[in-house]
Amino acid sequence: MESLVAILYLIAVFAFAYGIRMMRHPKTAKNGNFISLVGMILGLIGAMIQPLDNGDNNYIWIIGAMIVGGAIGLPLAQKVKMTAMPQLVAMFNGLGGASATTIGVVELININNQTPVGAKVVSILALIIGAISFTGSVLAYLKLEGKLRKQWVVPGHNFWNLVIILVMIALGAMISSANSGIGWPLYVMILLALFYGIFFVFPIGGADMPVVISLLNSLTGLSAAAAGGIYGNKAMLIGGILVGASGTILTILMCQAMNRSLWNVILAGKFQAGGGAGSDEDQVMKEITKPDAAILMQYSKNVLVIPGYGLAVSQAQKIVKELDDLLATTGVDVRYAIHPVAGRMPGHMNVLLAEADVPYEKLLDLDDANAALKDTDVVLVIGANDVVNPSANDDPGSPIYGMPILNALDAKHIIVMKRGRGTGYSGIENPLFFHEKTRLYFGDAKASLNEIIAELKENL
Amino acid sequence: MEQINLFFNENLLEIYVLLMAIFLGFELISRVPTVLHTPLMSGTNAISGVVTLGGIILIRSAESTAYLQLVLGALSIILGMINIVGGYAVTDRMLKMFKKEK
Repeated sequence: MESLVAILYLIAVFAFAYGIRMMRHPKTAKNGNFISLVGMILGLIGAMIQPLDNGDNNYIWIIGAMIVGGAIGLPLAQKVKMTAMPQLVAMFNGLGGASATTIGVVELININNQTPVGAKVVSILALIIGAISFTGSVLAYLKLEGKLRKQWVVPGHNFWNLVIILVMIALGAMISSANSGIGWPLYVMILLALFYGIFFVFPIGGADMPVVISLLNSLTGLSAAAAGGIYGNKAMLIGGILVGASGTILTILMCQAMNRSLWNVILAGKFQAGGGAGSDEDQVMKEITKPDAAILMQYSKNVLVIPGYGLAVSQAQKIVKELDDLLATTGVDVRYAIHPVAGRMPGHMNVLLAEADVPYEKLLDLDDANAALKDTDVVLVIGANDVVNPSANDDPGSPIYGMPILNALDAKHIIVMKRGRGTGYSGIENPLFFHEKTRLYFGDAKASLNEIIAELKENL
Repeated sequence: MEQINLFFNENLLEIYVLLMAIFLGFELISRVPTVLHTPLMSGTNAISGVVTLGGIILIRSAESTAYLQLVLGALSIILGMINIVGGYAVTDRMLKMFKKEK
């Protein structure tokens, strides 16, 4: 039996790694996800049949809990709208963290004078990391749902940050040297870890969510690995570490895409608003009329769409596809330029456009898009702002200077669809909007696109 | 110091495995294209549901009258299962949408 369990765990770990590997290409990704699921099922079976030294098995509790969990998770996954995907992923992630916390709590309650220090330490790690990931994800969920727009930084945030971490380490030392688990250090530690998740995500703004979500994802993986450390379970350890490592690298990629360090995102919390050129009073935004916009696109050789969070907000992905199809009938080549941090989670725009049946070959990444922009007739910016802000290239005073952007100005004409005249979320002026090549089209993205589609249909 | 030495000697293989796992995680992800970052994230998120295995072991090693442990263990399984089932299902739903040009 022991060796059967060992083989099950071995296959599970291999399936996780191979499943992630197959996610490198859209064609194989779906099978990769399935292989990873098979690995998970084998792992669960392993945990069910693994020989244990003591205990009454209590299978009825396990099966019952599994059915309840599955019955809650499945409908959530099937019913959610694609635009609400970042929230849901954040929520699932938080629950994984909560699960690790619960395990850590039970193990710490059960401490006796025979518990090895190592087991206490990993239990504490599972508890703390899981709890941070749980409340952090819940907060991220609320922010993404738009239920929480506030963003506040406590005076001396970095100082308190350090204090909380030090107190948690001190409590951890107390608990690991204790011979029984129940006591105030455990309760205070649970509360403090839960609070820390809130404290850590609260100051971070919506535009930085791609970084936060992948960071929280990585934390949940680490908490699962720590829980695996308690039982010396290889599948949990390696599976958790794989998630932790992959989440970390994804976090770093997101930070690079914004040319900011992770510390800058976490600690500074937000871009410093204002500053930079382009705030000169005499500059005006030039609007474009409905017929002009339609004709400009209709008689161009190619159109490159640059989507941003605004597209997600107004759920305009299907309408964009309709415009795409309509333009295609007149021989216009429509493609899409996707900035790595456009939207609220890594790859957000790709998922939305995929939902609208846009083939993935039409989505260009940053480098390809910038190469294509030099030969583009019309750029259509839909609800994107910072990712097309030319200050990032040429204004050292700008808060986003050095961030890699989509060089929309390389195209012949630029149409920007924008809700209002404001500077958008980050509060940074965007000289692109004032440029002589640029025309603004104000209004909700979905409504604006519908107007242009109606106009095009009349022309055809 | 002696304890640390002992720890290293006893867990040397585990430490090697963990280092290789970290390396593998980095390698696997750095080659995934931007197009797939969201499904990747939700797919790896589903994998962190392995924590459920811990909940199962926790309940199995409890006595049938240790209700606190059983209830908390069941809670951890419920939470972990939502993570697993929801995570894989949502990833599958997303990946189904990625289509090639006709």
